[in-house]
Amino acid sequence: MTEQAYNFAYLDEATKRMIRRALLKGLAIPGYQVPFASREMPMPYGWGTGGVQVTAACLTPGDTLKVIDQGADDTTNAVSIRKFFERTAQVRTTETTAEATVIQTRHRIPEVALTQGQILVYQVPIPEPLRFLEPRESETRRMHALEEYGLMHVKLYEDIARHGAIATSYAYPVKVEGRYVMDPSPIPKFDNPKLGGNAAIQLFGAGREQRIYALPPYTDVVSLDFEDHPFDPSKADHACDLCGSGASYLDEVITDDTGSRMFVCSDTSYCTTRQAEGHTGRLSPKGEAA
Amino acid sequence: MTLHDVSLDQPLFRVEGLTKRYGQRIGCADVSFDLWPGEVLGIVGESGSGKSTLLGCLAGHMQADEGKILYRGRNTLTMPEPERRVLSRTEWAFVHQNPRDGLRMGVSAGGNVGERLMAIGARHYGDIRETAIDWLGRVEISGERIDDRPRQFSGGMQQRLQIARNLVTSPRLVFMDEPTGGLDVSVQARLLDLLRGLVRDMGLSVIIVTHDLAVTRLLADRLMVMKDGRVIEHGLTDQVLDDPQAAYTQLLVSSVLQV
Repeated sequence: MTEQAYNFAYLDEATKRMIRRALLKGLAIPGYQVPFASREMPMPYGWGTGGVQVTAACLTPGDTLKVIDQGADDTTNAVSIRKFFERTAQVRTTETTAEATVIQTRHRIPEVALTQGQILVYQVPIPEPLRFLEPRESETRRMHALEEYGLMHVKLYEDIARHGAIATSYAYPVKVEGRYVMDPSPIPKFDNPKLGGNAAIQLFGAGREQRIYALPPYTDVVSLDFEDHPFDPSKADHACDLCGSGASYLDEVITDDTGSRMFVCSDTSYCTTRQAEGHTGRLSPKGEAA
Repeated sequence: MTLHDVSLDQPLFRVEGLTKRYGQRIGCADVSFDLWPGEVLGIVGESGSGKSTLLGCLAGHMQADEGKILYRGRNTLTMPEPERRVLSRTEWAFVHQNPRDGLRMGVSAGGNVGERLMAIGARHYGDIRETAIDWLGRVEISGERIDDRPRQFSGGMQQRLQIARNLVTSPRLVFMDEPTGGLDVSVQARLLDLLRGLVRDMGLSVIIVTHDLAVTRLLADRLMVMKDGRVIEHGLTDQVLDDPQAAYTQLLVSSVLQV
């Protein structure tokens, strides 16, 4: 089959229209989970079917797409989704955050501040923040409707009682505009402060669970906490070993079997940009530009 | 708790002509009574007499078909759901027969007691924990066990924990469904003792459903006897138990074993 056999960006126009309606509703009610008729995509659930559908509904021929998987542009998931849209939509793709107009992401928010006009699309495995506390969907919907969020704090209480601190380190629950409690997808809690007041549109798609939710630009987003145990966006206490950045979120890489390890930026685009600018870290090759 | 904001010259809870049908069958029919602040009302009857249906309707777990339920003058049957839910987690409490229905088994004792506090906006971990330890003490559970799960507790302790969890927000009205069911007699006796103390100290109004007449003798001020979904006798506990009028009540009282 040739690529021309597909409609632009794979999905047919009626489907995209349905998804756009869900997106508009989601933007109108920040943090509210809008049900939508999720389609089967040519990839397994868990690989970003929700995000791909949202991206397909947002793309226009003039867009530039960037795909992030755990911060990196060159891992399986990112490469295959980028190729998918190169073939089905013939859009320009990039690895540079600032150049992209649509960014689909899994588990990270880029380090570089996003700007107005950019769209950040998250892949969401489980959109319901209350799911593991209350298994009944009928009940969690009622809890959202009636703003009964005491249970969410019970979870944080249990964390402190057992570990001495809030041990939830990713998918850290947030409250949107003082109303809906939202699962920010499994981003590290380090990224939570970037959710609020962000200039870009943030869209969340959960394919298997058939839910879409959204944060319009400059939305008020607060991470839940206790007065005496405030929210702490922690990260590894190191600087990047390749670009020397002390402010970015780090991956820990074991380099041999005698306990050596290195810390590198999880956002590869950010790290390579900094290296190109001449920043160096502990393990940078010697003799290069300093 | 003080009762200063509860008016003592009008009933806290008034039920008028409450009826619940299951299709053609009657769950409970035409039940009316008043409950005054600080009063304990016992509802007794055999299995299938409509006690639990009545309690379910009163607490808003089930939708009644006819009648009125007025709590401090407000009709809870026509009240919007959010308002009723706020009521049921602040001023009301419900103690289930089986503690597993009323507790979160996967959450520590402290979390169980703290849940209602957090639901009404408590956001200070240290304060919540302090209150939880205080309440565990009041129901005779050692403060050291605050981080244990209810699974690791005995049946009697689970039931006491459920009571602590319900009373922590100082409710005014407590519904109890066979709170001593399934416990052995010595544990029952201690639990009843504890309940009696708490009811007195906090000035609680209680509606307690049971088939155990001894429980009502100890706890209840007034007694309602139900049979086939209807109230057949209603009066002061001692009066009903010592001088039963209805034939069924006589049978019920005489079938209690005297040791």
